[in-house]
Amino acid sequence: MEKQMIKPYGDTMDDGLVQLSFTLPVENGPRARKAAQEYAALLNLTNVTVADAKKIADGFTCFVIYARASAALDYSVIRATEADFPKMEREDIDRRIDRELGRRIVVVGGAIGTDAHTVGIDAIMNMKGYRQDYGLERYSGFMAVNMGAQVAGALLLEKGLETGADAILVSQTVTKNNIHIRQMTEFMTTLNGRNMRGRFILVAGGARLDNDLALRLGYDAGFGPGTLPSQVASFLAQNVIKRHGKRGG
Amino acid sequence: MARLNLKKSRINRVRKLASRIAEDIQKFIEPHSTISVERTVLRLYGVDGMDLQQIPYPNRVVDLWREKGDISMGISRPFAEAALRSGKSALATARLLADGEIGFTGDIARLARADVRRKEMAMAKDAVKALALSAERKRRKIKKTPLPRTPWRYIIVATGNIYDDRTQARAAVHSGADIIAVIRSTVQSLLDYVPYGATTEGFGGTFATQENFKVMRQALDEESEKAGRYIRLVNYSSGLCMAEIAACAAFEDLDILLNDSMYGVLFRNINMKRTFVDQYFSRLICARAGIMINTGEDNYLTTADAMENAHAVTASQLINEAMAKKAGLPEDLLGIGHAFEIDPAIENAFLYELAHAALTRQLFPNSPVKYMPPTKFMSGDIFLSHGLDTMFNLASVATGQGIHLAGILTEAIHNPLMQDRAQALDNINYVFNIARDLGPEIEFKKDGMINKRAAQVLEEAEALLEKISGEGLMKAISQGHFADIKRGPEEGRGLDGVFVKGPGYSNPLMELLDR
Repeated sequence: MEKQMIKPYGDTMDDGLVQLSFTLPVENGPRARKAAQEYAALLNLTNVTVADAKKIADGFTCFVIYARASAALDYSVIRATEADFPKMEREDIDRRIDRELGRRIVVVGGAIGTDAHTVGIDAIMNMKGYRQDYGLERYSGFMAVNMGAQVAGALLLEKGLETGADAILVSQTVTKNNIHIRQMTEFMTTLNGRNMRGRFILVAGGARLDNDLALRLGYDAGFGPGTLPSQVASFLAQNVIKRHGKRGG
Repeated sequence: MARLNLKKSRINRVRKLASRIAEDIQKFIEPHSTISVERTVLRLYGVDGMDLQQIPYPNRVVDLWREKGDISMGISRPFAEAALRSGKSALATARLLADGEIGFTGDIARLARADVRRKEMAMAKDAVKALALSAERKRRKIKKTPLPRTPWRYIIVATGNIYDDRTQARAAVHSGADIIAVIRSTVQSLLDYVPYGATTEGFGGTFATQENFKVMRQALDEESEKAGRYIRLVNYSSGLCMAEIAACAAFEDLDILLNDSMYGVLFRNINMKRTFVDQYFSRLICARAGIMINTGEDNYLTTADAMENAHAVTASQLINEAMAKKAGLPEDLLGIGHAFEIDPAIENAFLYELAHAALTRQLFPNSPVKYMPPTKFMSGDIFLSHGLDTMFNLASVATGQGIHLAGILTEAIHNPLMQDRAQALDNINYVFNIARDLGPEIEFKKDGMINKRAAQVLEEAEALLEKISGEGLMKAISQGHFADIKRGPEEGRGLDGVFVKGPGYSNPLMELLDR
């Protein structure tokens, strides 16, 4: 494939312009500004402009920097995944589930482990939804069981079995010290330990999640910030129908 | 400040309804206690520390009495008896009990009832004195280094290490913070004990422990001196140990506690009976120790739509106020909560925000109402997020809010960095300064959008309060009439720690605080 070299764009092609901001643990002054400039140079930036230097605490200075990046990247070799499915509207999803599955899709979800934040799982599952996009509870094609926050992985699995769930949604908002990765891995271990991984479609969602990370941890899809309930509903509908649909597809 | 055109009769009506709801709950509270209330009594009598298995002594002693004695009597009397027999301090007595060196049973009958009562009274009076002293120390500090003008700038630190939190807090004070809140580890609300010692590696925050309180309060005392304004410290009196944390906070001169009469029930699935009993005792302590409470109404808006649920905020504010007054909290210690969370895609959202903010301000004119920043519609686009925060800052200063929780441009990304806080405070300082006296200059158009919106919210709040007061709060919550969240009176965590006070129940501390 033909190479396609790219650089950051400021106002002319390949000018390499970047803006960045960082704090150095030094007192503000001419030496601090010089240090910021030199540090940017160590990052392989050229034409460094220290646009602003401000004392933010005793012994700490925050800088705003504009500079040119020298590195170029071959875009033709870049690959990234995204949960791959056509996006449908709620009415279409409900109709398709009714027609091709003939029953409701059962989904259980929760924020697992120590995470006390329901904002993500609520946005996807609760009636209200997010940004004028209704949540799974609103769909006639879904039965949605939202277990809320701080749900033990084993409990989420139990609920999944009890309700005969097709899919489990795992939400993680707190990411400090990568606790979200640890807890998602633990849940996967719980499932594998009981030989249940293949039983459910597993979807992860969270503030610092993407599809790549979710796939790497063994989940079927990952959804990041800004995801609408109808996106998750589309994904679930198409995948459950693929597994259990009347036409056996 | 700009006045909304609210019907006085309607304001009186909603207050009366809220007061009726609180009275009804109070009838439930009075004949009940909880293991956490009893542990609080021990803490205020001077029991602290933990055993080799890292179980706090207040838990050890109450659990022992529950197992071997009769918890319906409460802990005060049996503990006073044990202290008389040991002849030692409360702490030493607790250790002897926990180690099995002395027992609860056996010797009780040999001691004269009057002597035991005298001992209980003495310990209770010392505890009340300690609480009053905390209030007095705070008053003295505020006299020396006065409080700044409102809105007070409230900043969060959340590194999970109390010593790093301290560094961040000092930096925030440098940038203009007036109030520092140390974020608590999310798991703590569900722990049925108060952890001990300094936290250096917490997830999503540090634990609320007496040691952490002390570390931060000392640093802020130094910063107050330097800055010439009194910097207040906030932590959480919520979850399963509301009153115990209030006691620890009083010992270390904390200024503000997040404390809500329903938040734990609705949003953390803590049993409602447990919460109602615990919140009452926690607020009695706050009232005596001069600790301001902040209620959590912002949560109605982060979990549901801010336009549809604005009236739930108002109803909850009024219920929180009525219950807090039952516990003797004066209005200047009532940091009633609300938030700026309307979908920014809605046309004229800012006008509705002004209506909501002015409504809260006007309903609670003597309270330092607490205004929470946008979080729900913040994204990784820090530039736009900074824009949302700017409008929030303007709404706050224009409506004369009491406490202003700083919105941070990286809200949706990570715990704030030192530089994020500095940016947030620069923005706040800028807006507050250029619009300082905007509020008194504004008059809301008589039949304009803002007045109409405020009137509508108040009317809807009245309807909700009517429904709740008709059914009683417990039934209303179990039927999902509050914020669409259903919680039954027998559901949720901590119910097994609730008990009916027996005929032999004794708690002179509660009696003294209740006056």
